[in-house]
Amino acid sequence: MESKLKMHTQDLDFFYGDFQALYNISIKFIENQVTALIGPSGCGKSTYLRCLNRMNDLIPGIRVKGEAMLDQKNIYDPSVDVVSLRRRVGMVFQKPNPFPKSIFENIAYGLKVNGIKDRAQITRIVEKSLKQAAIWDEVKDRLNESALGLSGGQQQRLCIARALAVDPDVLLMDEPASALDPIATQKIEELITNLSSRLTIIIVTHNMQQAARVSDRTAFFYMGKLIEVNDTDTLFTKPGLKQTEDYITGRFG
Amino acid sequence: MIKQRLLAQKIFFLSFKTAACLNGAALLLIIYFMVSRGWRAISWEFLTQAPKDSMTAGGILPCIVGTTFLCLMTIMVALPIGVSSAIYLNEYARQGTLVRIIRLGINNLAGVPSIVFGLFGLAFFCIVLKMGVSIAAGGLTLGIMTLPVIIGSSEEALKAVPNTYREASLAMGATKWQTIRRVVLPAAFPGIITGSILGLSRAAGETAPIMYTGAVFFTPDLPGSILDEVMALPYHIYVLATAGTNIEATRHLQYGTALVLILLVFGMNLAAIVLRSKMRKKLRI
Repeated sequence: MESKLKMHTQDLDFFYGDFQALYNISIKFIENQVTALIGPSGCGKSTYLRCLNRMNDLIPGIRVKGEAMLDQKNIYDPSVDVVSLRRRVGMVFQKPNPFPKSIFENIAYGLKVNGIKDRAQITRIVEKSLKQAAIWDEVKDRLNESALGLSGGQQQRLCIARALAVDPDVLLMDEPASALDPIATQKIEELITNLSSRLTIIIVTHNMQQAARVSDRTAFFYMGKLIEVNDTDTLFTKPGLKQTEDYITGRFG
Repeated sequence: MIKQRLLAQKIFFLSFKTAACLNGAALLLIIYFMVSRGWRAISWEFLTQAPKDSMTAGGILPCIVGTTFLCLMTIMVALPIGVSSAIYLNEYARQGTLVRIIRLGINNLAGVPSIVFGLFGLAFFCIVLKMGVSIAAGGLTLGIMTLPVIIGSSEEALKAVPNTYREASLAMGATKWQTIRRVVLPAAFPGIITGSILGLSRAAGETAPIMYTGAVFFTPDLPGSILDEVMALPYHIYVLATAGTNIEATRHLQYGTALVLILLVFGMNLAAIVLRSKMRKKLRI
């Protein structure tokens, strides 16, 4: 398969006020691949993920240096519209966070805020998104019920469907299964694998097995620095650095 | 030793419990007095007629209508301004000098005595803005007085909306305003409405702010426009109890009016509670 560069960062530094949280991060994300970001708590992997759709902009006093490119355009360029960037780079959060609205309205929300008014079109996309997120069969008879009545795993798949509805190019996932039980986790992992045929996925995970199962490439972060990035198979079987090996074999972190 | 400590605990816990029970007792006592002394005054005529015979007989309809209109005016002034202020302060203001000054202002506004609001309303709305003694002037005065309550409860309600809702919305390419309008406000709405009604029920019972600005001693006519003066329940009680032609003879009317006022306020509070639980159920929070 021809590999096309979808997104990459070059020497990305990130500061919360005076505290530097990320140092010189350069990673390439290939189109329609899954890249896993791993590392111990506080290593900066979530911060890095949130640089990629500029969610960090919401925090006062932050500063970014270096480049973060989406389709060869720097997303931190002053001419970039953050709102349309976030439509193209979707996000799924650690805890399922459906809105206190009906299942249908949860999915339709992204469409409505992006200016789609045609009812038939909305209904069609809602169904398509729920099918893509492998939750359609479970909710098709209760679309008008509150999303908060779903189980945690269902809620998370609903959130994935909600993110898919606005047709993003890239999907960022911040430990999407960490609050779920093993069976729900397995469903999310299957979903990630299926979605990667048409989406570029970047996933933060604490779970090494999960990274090994779902990702094509893996990046290992430690103390705000990128230690190693490689094909997942290579990184897990022949890590280039002792530090990586220690982490993936569970000797620290 | 252990017995002594447990005894100390018992004594303190009992006194805390007593203190808490005193609240309920005070309320019950107030209701008991109002009902036992005022219920005889309540009749169909009392609720549907204007006062007559120098206010020693007749009803209090103009007062009920007047207080209702003053409340409507108050909420029309205070709700939009209060909620807007809370959205600014909580959702997108850069926390800096300006916000600090505004907060200081709001906190001090909450501490201004109500009679001062009355005098301010008289000087500004009635005289400078030439509204005279009217529903408009009285409602504006009560509205300003209620603002800090509404801002406070609205801010609390907005703070209670989980940040994850905001993040989810923004991450889908919604603007900040779309997020506030479609996600944050609906989720905060029950809290905002409840707080506002509680603030309003406080305002409904105020005498000092309206005695120069909206309410008059006696007018048998119901208001025709917002520039008309009205009678109001709390001011009517004050008038009957201090300046009536025959104070002793109107005691039962005073208690009757107070009973109506209390029922009005309770009714509003009850409506707030019912409304909130209904909306919560709908949102399934």
